Amino acid sequence: MSTRLATGGRLLDKGRQVSFTFNGKRMTGCAGDTLASALLANDQVMMGRSFKYHRPRGVVASGAEEPNALVGLGTGARFEPNQRATTTELFEGLSAASQNHWPSLDYDIGAVNQAFARFLPAGFYYKMFMFPRVFWKHVYEPFIRQSAGLGKAPDAETRDADTYEHFHAYTDVLVIGGGIAGLQAALAAGRSGARVLVMEQTPHWGGRAPVDGGEVDGKPAEAFIDAAVAELEAMDNVTLRLRCMGAGVYDHGYVLGYERLSDHAPGADGPRHRLWRVRAGQVITATGAIERPLSFAGNDVPGVMLASALRDYVVNWGVSAGDRTVVVTNNDDAYRTALVLLDAGLNVPLILDARAGGGGALADEARARGIRVETGKGIAKVKGRARVTGVAICAQAGEGAVLEEVPCDAVAMSGGWSPVVHLWSHCGGKLNWDDALAMFRPDAGRAPTGHDGAPFVAACGAANGEFGLNAILKDANTAGQTAARATGHKPGRKGAPKASDAGDEAPLEQVWLMPQGANIKLRMKAWLDYQNDVKVSDVQLAAREGYESVEHTKRYTTLGMATDQGKLSNINGLAVLSNVLGQPIPQAGTTTFRPPYTPISMGAIAGEARGALFQPIRRTTVHDWHEAQNAYMEPVGHWRRPYCFPKAGESHEDAVQREVRATRDSLGLLDASTLGKLIVKGPDAGRFMDMMYTNMMSNLAVGKCRYGLMCSENGFLMDDGVVARLSDDTWLCHTTTGGAERVHAHMEEFLQTEWWDWQIFVANVTEQYAQFGVVGPNSRKVLEKLGGVDLSKEALAFMQWTEGTLAGIESRIFRISFSGELSYEVAVPASMGRAFWNKLLEAGKEFGVTPYGTEALHIMRAEKGFIMIGDETDGTVIPQDLGLNWAISKKKEDYIGKRAQARSYMTNPERWKLVGLETVDGSVLPDGAYAVGEGVNANGQRVVQGRVTSTYHSPTLERGIAMGLVLHGPDRMGEVLDFPRLDGSIVQAKIVDHVWFDKDGEKQNV
Amino acid sequence: MLILHCPYCGVMADETELHGGGEAHLTRHGPGSSDEDFHDYLFAKENPRGVHFERWRHVQGCGKWFHAARDTATLEVFGTYPAQTTEPPKAIRKAITAKRPGWTWRGFSDPAK
Repeated sequence: MSTRLATGGRLLDKGRQVSFTFNGKRMTGCAGDTLASALLANDQVMMGRSFKYHRPRGVVASGAEEPNALVGLGTGARFEPNQRATTTELFEGLSAASQNHWPSLDYDIGAVNQAFARFLPAGFYYKMFMFPRVFWKHVYEPFIRQSAGLGKAPDAETRDADTYEHFHAYTDVLVIGGGIAGLQAALAAGRSGARVLVMEQTPHWGGRAPVDGGEVDGKPAEAFIDAAVAELEAMDNVTLRLRCMGAGVYDHGYVLGYERLSDHAPGADGPRHRLWRVRAGQVITATGAIERPLSFAGNDVPGVMLASALRDYVVNWGVSAGDRTVVVTNNDDAYRTALVLLDAGLNVPLILDARAGGGGALADEARARGIRVETGKGIAKVKGRARVTGVAICAQAGEGAVLEEVPCDAVAMSGGWSPVVHLWSHCGGKLNWDDALAMFRPDAGRAPTGHDGAPFVAACGAANGEFGLNAILKDANTAGQTAARATGHKPGRKGAPKASDAGDEAPLEQVWLMPQGANIKLRMKAWLDYQNDVKVSDVQLAAREGYESVEHTKRYTTLGMATDQGKLSNINGLAVLSNVLGQPIPQAGTTTFRPPYTPISMGAIAGEARGALFQPIRRTTVHDWHEAQNAYMEPVGHWRRPYCFPKAGESHEDAVQREVRATRDSLGLLDASTLGKLIVKGPDAGRFMDMMYTNMMSNLAVGKCRYGLMCSENGFLMDDGVVARLSDDTWLCHTTTGGAERVHAHMEEFLQTEWWDWQIFVANVTEQYAQFGVVGPNSRKVLEKLGGVDLSKEALAFMQWTEGTLAGIESRIFRISFSGELSYEVAVPASMGRAFWNKLLEAGKEFGVTPYGTEALHIMRAEKGFIMIGDETDGTVIPQDLGLNWAISKKKEDYIGKRAQARSYMTNPERWKLVGLETVDGSVLPDGAYAVGEGVNANGQRVVQGRVTSTYHSPTLERGIAMGLVLHGPDRMGEVLDFPRLDGSIVQAKIVDHVWFDKDGEKQNV
Repeated sequence: MLILHCPYCGVMADETELHGGGEAHLTRHGPGSSDEDFHDYLFAKENPRGVHFERWRHVQGCGKWFHAARDTATLEVFGTYPAQTTEPPKAIRKAITAKRPGWTWRGFSDPAK
């Protein structure tokens, strides 16, 4: 059984007990435990079940690379799936639940999948779910959805209880990894005065060195680490962050760091996670190395662990995975585990060294201490299901004939080490295959390059393929000094401290399958990717089926595609693939490493951008009044506009109809402040306006207004609005709500990059003015009541503007109409907006003044046949489609979009044109509905001949009205078209003129 | 995430401050131009692997358009310059030659040739 040892546990505070629950069962650990070490201390070796076959799985590793021990952590608003027990620090009250099982971890129904394993081969989904097609929706999809996904998604109704933040940082040198390599690199760089930031993903400095032993400057590694941290802490130019992972390295020295501030103390003040957005001059990746598993049958049985992890659990947390541990290895490092276990008073009945020649000095020491060492041997099969009970031994060179069975309750395996090259590779750093050490290591000659073309990432220490203490420190010292120099600092010449070197080590031997000639039964139980349940036999099958590229094999087998991204499995899988294909490993290449290094929380990515801070909201000067009236608001761009103002008990539909009627009958008010307002001013403003708009603007008289259309260079209609000429050299352009910034940018682009010699300034004054529509037959009366400006028909005719003091407030009054009624738009300084609005409401009382919202605005403009950008246009519509030829100058030589509108496709008479549509039964056409024609097109789809662009119930006409684009529409007046509804029924509509209301303008010209 | 020097306000600007505007040094074709010229102006872009000239706007900063010469494969930036020009300045072209001898892009190349 796994248990807490009486001695050891350098990271523990054994005096402080911490209680937690696992699957509802109360357990106790110590302060300093990880969830994984605490579970082991409670004899809970099995921590979950596998994804596909639901096989019992226990913890394999001791750090971020852990594939098996994933748990759902927390409850309710703090629940999070797929958290690694190995990186979860234990805290009082922690609640964890294992995953991928039903009804319980010990008794699981899905485990029946194992019996069908031979029917669930690589590419199963692709093969099985292809045909018949009709099975997709009701058979295959529910099945896939039910079995897909690791863990459970949090309850959709909960809201994350924690807060998150982004933090921007700039540094000369960023060191990722706080092991001895990272610390030495930071010292070397920091001593030069360069700004240094060090990130370490665990809560402890020093990495593996304290576990692996060795001496630096004649003292234990731990003393060196303490001294290094103390020296770094004393430097003002150095920042140290624990629990902060280098998540990704991006272009030009941009790096994301993921700091877990309160995962170990939930509910603490401040944000839970912090996303560091770092711009670094130089990046040093001192990210260490990860031990590889060996591929033998049953290598996933709980109790089979990485040799280094077993060692970590004993030294760091004082827990043993079992009393009797068999060590199996292809290199010398695993012997350290055997010796550590002996030191802890545990039993190591056997070391299986796959190398015929056996190991070096460490092997001799193991033998001297009485451990049985078998060379050239390996594991044929692990015995046990939910727990290791023993191993069957075989010759590594053979096919798996069992020589002997040895009882044990843990297996420590080591297949060699792989440098953590992820961060080196994210931004394009290349790798070389080191055949002697069987690993990919960074090629310093092909480092990621920055904006100046010079390398900006350097790997050092184990991450660079250096493994002896001395070599690591030297490599790190050089990396630190080089990075300091590259950022313009003088690092001095101080060398790395001297460290004890391990005795002579025998070379590793590549072992990619154990035994080498394992038969298919064994290969089907030899796991490569624990998390996605990919076996040696799956990769071999994929290769035989022609998936020869590593990227294809990866996707076909899902090798390395789980949340651990193949940290343990990629190299082993690659080697198996290479062997089948009979090509060397470097020729097969690696899959692409992509950020983040381990999953980071969605909360950290969002940072502060949630709730009210998700997006800035633009409010008009009378926004508060709208809200006080219980207006139903809708987003328009970043603005919030009232859709309608429902009275108590009134539906939105009824409110809209009432607002239209009240406006047409007497007086309506519209908050039009959101309309964009751009000032175009300068000696060349006239000819610039002529280029920007399709119609002539240079000949607009001062004091007059003109409706204008604006197109893109592609000819498509992009915006419209009323233009007023304010003075000889000044035009005021109204844009659509939310269009101001886009139109402003459009103007600036041409001003700066095409006609930069023209003398013009453009200013966006949208927010400088509040603007209100005063609409309806009584609009003149109410403004006259406010007093101060002559608004008679003679003084201010339709499409003119004037300035003056209305009700004591400085105003600019435009006599324009978007409803067909007698109508004014009054602009006042924004600071006076609310005051003027109040005066309008007060003066309008006797006329039954009715504020109206955007929907009433839409209905009235549709009744009058006015187009709306975004309804009648969608980026593929030109003004000619909308019958707006009257607003396109034929005199002008050029305007933006003119040449495009002459292209053959744009002049094609088959283009759909704007018409009005009236349902035969008076109902409202569905928005976006298509008019169908006869027959089918080349794709077998029903032919269509038009579509609805705007559709409303008109209170004025008391029927449904719509506008639409229809093939040859204007030539087909009176024809009836069929519009299928979503339910398959048909609604018929007649093609009519799209101006329903007051076609001759008698109402607005009074 | 790229970092580009804004030649107007002088800051090294993060890509999040910038707005990409496609290929630089396009010649606008208006009314009277041939279908082919106009088509190429709108749609035919170089899209090279290697040396490229692009338009960028410092939209979250000074608001100015500028041009950048950079390598689309390595993302190395050879230089940035104001947009009010119809061709890359000589200094920029020399800087490219120093890093990518023999480069050409549309009609432009090493100024020494």
